[in-house]
Amino acid sequence: MNAAIVGIGATDFSKDSGRSELQLAAEAVRAALEDAGLEPSDVDGLVSFTMDTNAEIAVARELGIPELTFFSRVHYGGGAACATVQQAAMAVETGAARVVVCYRAFNERSGHRFGQVQTAAAANIDNSWSYPMGLGTPAAMVAMFARRYMHEYGATSEDFGRIAVIDRKHAATNPRAWFHNRPITLDDHQSSRWIAEPLRLLDCCQESDGGVAIVVTSRDRAKDLRQKPAHVKAATQGSGVDQFTMTSYYRDDLTRLPEMGVVARGLWEKSGIGPDDVDVAVLYDHFTPFVLVQLEELGFCGRGEAKDFVASGALELDGKLPLNPHGGQLGEAYLHGMNGIAEGVRQIRGTAVNQVGGVEHVLVTAGTGVPTSGLVLGQG
Amino acid sequence: MTDIEKEAARIAEQGECAPRLARDPVNLPMINNWLEAIGDDHPGYTEVAPPAMVQVWTMAGLRGQRTLDDPLGQMMTVLDEAGYTSVVATNSDQTYHRYLKLGEQLSVTTSLEDVTGPKKTGLGEGWFVTTRSTWWVGDEAVAEMRFRVLKFRPARKPEPVKEIPKAQAIRPSVNRDTEYFWEGTRQGELRIQRCGGCGLLRHPPGPMCPECGATKPKYLVSEGHGVIYSYVVHHHPQVPGKQTPFVIALVELDEGVRMLGEFDGEPSVGQRVEVVFTEVDDELTMPSWRPRADR
Ligand SMILES: [Zn+2]
Repeated sequence: MNAAIVGIGATDFSKDSGRSELQLAAEAVRAALEDAGLEPSDVDGLVSFTMDTNAEIAVARELGIPELTFFSRVHYGGGAACATVQQAAMAVETGAARVVVCYRAFNERSGHRFGQVQTAAAANIDNSWSYPMGLGTPAAMVAMFARRYMHEYGATSEDFGRIAVIDRKHAATNPRAWFHNRPITLDDHQSSRWIAEPLRLLDCCQESDGGVAIVVTSRDRAKDLRQKPAHVKAATQGSGVDQFTMTSYYRDDLTRLPEMGVVARGLWEKSGIGPDDVDVAVLYDHFTPFVLVQLEELGFCGRGEAKDFVASGALELDGKLPLNPHGGQLGEAYLHGMNGIAEGVRQIRGTAVNQVGGVEHVLVTAGTGVPTSGLVLGQG
Repeated sequence: MTDIEKEAARIAEQGECAPRLARDPVNLPMINNWLEAIGDDHPGYTEVAPPAMVQVWTMAGLRGQRTLDDPLGQMMTVLDEAGYTSVVATNSDQTYHRYLKLGEQLSVTTSLEDVTGPKKTGLGEGWFVTTRSTWWVGDEAVAEMRFRVLKFRPARKPEPVKEIPKAQAIRPSVNRDTEYFWEGTRQGELRIQRCGGCGLLRHPPGPMCPECGATKPKYLVSEGHGVIYSYVVHHHPQVPGKQTPFVIALVELDEGVRMLGEFDGEPSVGQRVEVVFTEVDDELTMPSWRPRADR
């Protein structure tokens, strides 16, 4: 695509930001523009999540962005993350806007917590088949998939736990991570309490307050800017057959994430690279089991083989496919996947705290269990 | 020795109180009233009084007051002051030495026999107070009674168990496309949408058949039998209307569609289940699952 990420910005990641969500958004966008060496007056496009409470016009007011020619929102919770960059890239390619900032900011820990039962969501007719039956949290919804996955492939709680251990290991050496200096062992995982069997506490990502912003512009414009650009090699969305939000339980196979399969096909096709060309994988990790399924959907290993792929050490920083060097959402912060995009950009720039050597391509994915999206970022 | 026990010993040591005279001699009108109130139509009480009536003769009346030396009254005061404010009679054993004749003038004396406590009872912590009364005609003892009361401190009513009211349970949103399902559960039927055009079975339902495009769906009534395809044991956080932990099962019905519901039992993938209907209120009946024995 004729688009590049030229700026990244974030607030601190905390459990109680002590400021409004709009302030978090404004701080993150300002930081991203400074990182890019751009002024608010350069911005003419803003993209966020449908779930974000900060209107584009409110963010523009706070930043002093005078005019917008493109503003857009993407649905489906964390599935929107990489799609915000896709929206921005398409806007830049078509000339709808020249500089687009994607942002996501919330007080997800001190304010409205997604991990609680969302009784308001029960008003959605799709949810009338799950919430009233007692299935009302993201963890429980994922647990239903996880149980079937275990049944079909013989995966165990420990196989899920290895993802948490890797994320926390990487977060331990990332000063921005909430779990900086706090690695866990597989025993810690195994002794953590049940949240929704087969998911334990340490299978579930943390809840966070914070904001992240990503600046997208054309490849041409990127050449003159402050940072080494991270080129958007491919950006796609994906929704699968008989798709629901978190409860796609009525498909033939519950061990898959077909919507991520759609994203994978699109990414490999558009970027011209394949799984073997990925140097760093930033995979959405709100719940560990879906990291295993993503590895399979994206073609890093065969069906049911993710547990062996993970156990082989492939996801370590020096492994075949370094996973979430920033610590992911389990370790760094839960910013609905946007902090993962920022990490992808740092890995391309070569400025990450846990920098992987010789990174040409980074794969970033968005929320799982929902209609989702993905990105391939590259050097050239 | 507690203060109560000391007081009890002091009162017991006083022995019998001074005789208290009956208001009236044994008389026929009172006997007849008593028989009527008790519902006793025995014809024999024309010359003598029913023995069980002995306590009646020396009752103090509506506005009567205990005498100062009445041991039961004294002990009640002690216990009232200690916070044991409620009373209930627990035993009354009477012994009659002979029939009382019309015209006989009775008196009664009472002594404190025993005070034991504090005891935990269903009513609250309390003391059992036992007195012994003797009825006299002149200096002849004609009847005796051992009388026991529980003088207790009413237990604080236990906080009602915080059951989540049904109103707080999450209710399904219902619309034109889904109302047939909830109408079905109210009637004890588990309904599965069936396309009016091509017969496709579909759950969750929708207004337009994805196979043939027909928009007039019908339904079939499921046998309500199936197997657990997957399940979750929910522990945290609390869910409105549920007691954790609880199981939610994704059941593959024999007709071929899957459906979520709470499951009452030890779950396993592949386990056979059947539907159960639980009426929440007039409007809502929830389907759930329970184990089904293989036949
Ligand atoms: Zn049809």
